Amino acid sequence: MSSQDNYESAVDGASTRVAEFDSQRRGAVHSVQHALHVTPALVPLIVLISATIVFALLLGDRFLSPFALTLILQQVQIVGIVAVAQSLVILTAGIDLSVGAIMVLSSVVMGQFTFRYGLPPELSIILGLACGTLMGFINGFLVAVLKLPPFIVTLGMWQIVLATNFLYSANETIRSQDIEAEAPILQFFGSTFRIGADEAGRGGAVFTYGVIFMLILFVIMAYVLKHTAWGRHVYAVGDDPEAAALSGVNVRGTIISVYMLAGIICAFAGWALIGRIGSVSPTSGQFANIESITAVVIGGISLFGGRGSILGTLFGALIVGVFTLGLRLAGADAQWTYLLIGVLIIAAVAVDQWIRKVSA
Amino acid sequence: MKKLLTCTALGLMATTGAAMADGHGVSACLITKTDTNPFFVMMREGATAAAEELGITLNSYAGQIDGDHETQVAAIETCIADGAAGILITASDTSSIVSAVQQARDAGLLVIALDTPLEPIDAADATFATDNFEAGRLIGAWAAATMGDAAADARIAMLDLAVSQPSVGVLRDQGFMEGFGIDIADPSRWGDEDDPRIVGHSVTAGNEEGGRRAMEELLAIDPTINVVYTINEPAAAGAYEALRSIGRENDVLIVSVDGGCPGVQNIADGVIGATAQQYPLLMASLGIEAIAQFAADGTVPQPSEGLDFFNTGVALVTDQPADGIESISVAEGLDLCWG
Repeated sequence: MSSQDNYESAVDGASTRVAEFDSQRRGAVHSVQHALHVTPALVPLIVLISATIVFALLLGDRFLSPFALTLILQQVQIVGIVAVAQSLVILTAGIDLSVGAIMVLSSVVMGQFTFRYGLPPELSIILGLACGTLMGFINGFLVAVLKLPPFIVTLGMWQIVLATNFLYSANETIRSQDIEAEAPILQFFGSTFRIGADEAGRGGAVFTYGVIFMLILFVIMAYVLKHTAWGRHVYAVGDDPEAAALSGVNVRGTIISVYMLAGIICAFAGWALIGRIGSVSPTSGQFANIESITAVVIGGISLFGGRGSILGTLFGALIVGVFTLGLRLAGADAQWTYLLIGVLIIAAVAVDQWIRKVSA
Repeated sequence: MKKLLTCTALGLMATTGAAMADGHGVSACLITKTDTNPFFVMMREGATAAAEELGITLNSYAGQIDGDHETQVAAIETCIADGAAGILITASDTSSIVSAVQQARDAGLLVIALDTPLEPIDAADATFATDNFEAGRLIGAWAAATMGDAAADARIAMLDLAVSQPSVGVLRDQGFMEGFGIDIADPSRWGDEDDPRIVGHSVTAGNEEGGRRAMEELLAIDPTINVVYTINEPAAAGAYEALRSIGRENDVLIVSVDGGCPGVQNIADGVIGATAQQYPLLMASLGIEAIAQFAADGTVPQPSEGLDFFNTGVALVTDQPADGIESISVAEGLDLCWG
């Protein structure tokens, strides 16, 4: 074999080290950028902690009491649960505008099946959860199989589900007192327990089962998304569906399952909503879609899909809750809350874009 | 899904059917904020019944949600094109609607504002409404009388409608304060009072969810609140849930306005102490009668004495009547309630 034929010989002079991606930039800013890229929930966590500290300094015990802090949890529980569903959908590079409508319709189904048709409340709850799952399936089918854009699909479903809700319920409220007397299980998530209340039952930390449910849901979903094959598929599909398909991921199945799971989570939110407001009210939750998207975006999940941590969503929801109650206690006009939340949304997306440069 | 499609199809047929029925006799339009709120459903029932009785063709329109201004403007334009004799409207946006209303009046239609006065009120030919200030005054006076001497040290939460301070919310709020014996300063807005008994104002959007949140916020400011004014009964039900979660539901007096059936039932159950009941069915049926009259001889309805609108009445509903304040019982209230 002559040296001319030995193509391998050209390799001799080349570096034998494994491919390296050492960055030339190693400044402090870059380390921060890198840390944020690895742990996307860090930004919202820092904002949450700083906001809490600022309000604690401004307001003292009124804000830093166990009562006020757990009140924030109670106030964000519904949006928090819905935001879990929203996070899943957004991780697949989709968006779900119908989450609030699905939540309300499911709660109406639970209530009306019990009170209009006399079904046992347990069965009504199961049917309500099934209703939410079905709505999610329709969303998922239209997105994954018919390849319609998620924004359009869920914009349509938002209207359809909301109209169905009003047509079916005739906008009749089922009163808290009737539910308490005949089907108390509907208010299950409203049950509370207290830690550290005084003898008159005032003050102290107040936890509702709805809050506990929300926290557990976040922990479970954080685990599932990070450590199960399904969870990694969700990220893969959101990042690049074609690459995911080529690596053997069932893209269609994953997307449908995400929307169905989102649907059932919204239905659970509907059940929790009954606990929160006591009654079944077809007019509630009108802004749950926007509020959940706000929590997700402030929580640092990328609207382009495939990146972000669901714990960030929890922090995002809590940030909104802290600002709302803190500014209210400080005596500010409610409009300041909206203004600041608007600033946070834009800042969060700006930070997201900046972090993306690390991977570029 | 199938049921929904059927409903949509029926809805479309009903709309086309109504549109084709014009050109015969007198026709009138009813335009409400939404067609889902029981208050407007009752209004439509009242209008439909009166229209049938008088042989008038009634076309009903509604916005998709409260605040849907464009749909209402389109409805007015349709009514003008349709040659209707008159329009009954509960405006979503009371000042922006004025130009469309003027167009209708210029075209010779009688425009009556129902429930919600336009801004300015004389932009409509007449207004048939609840005296919302009086409604507030009744519950305020009742609350003060029921508390007796304790009213001097009351801790009051004001659960209002919206930060934009729509007139209906301001009138009820200021009426309550006047009735309770609070200096209301500027009667055209809430929040400018300096009476130390007021813990604060918070907004509810008029539903349970908002009522609970608003109550929680005010309780966080002052947990000793013992009087709660609410813009309507769903907000009151939400406030009650917030109080119940901290075990204070029995030592707080809640008053409200509206008189919907679930709300009146809540008085019987001790959730609300008293409510001021209004009568949407009467507003609409009187409105249709006025249009019939106008079509017959051109008579424009006149406002009630001392007011700039026609007062369709308000009654205090409670089972604990207070001295010197006229009220009806819960049983009577249930006979007259809507929704």
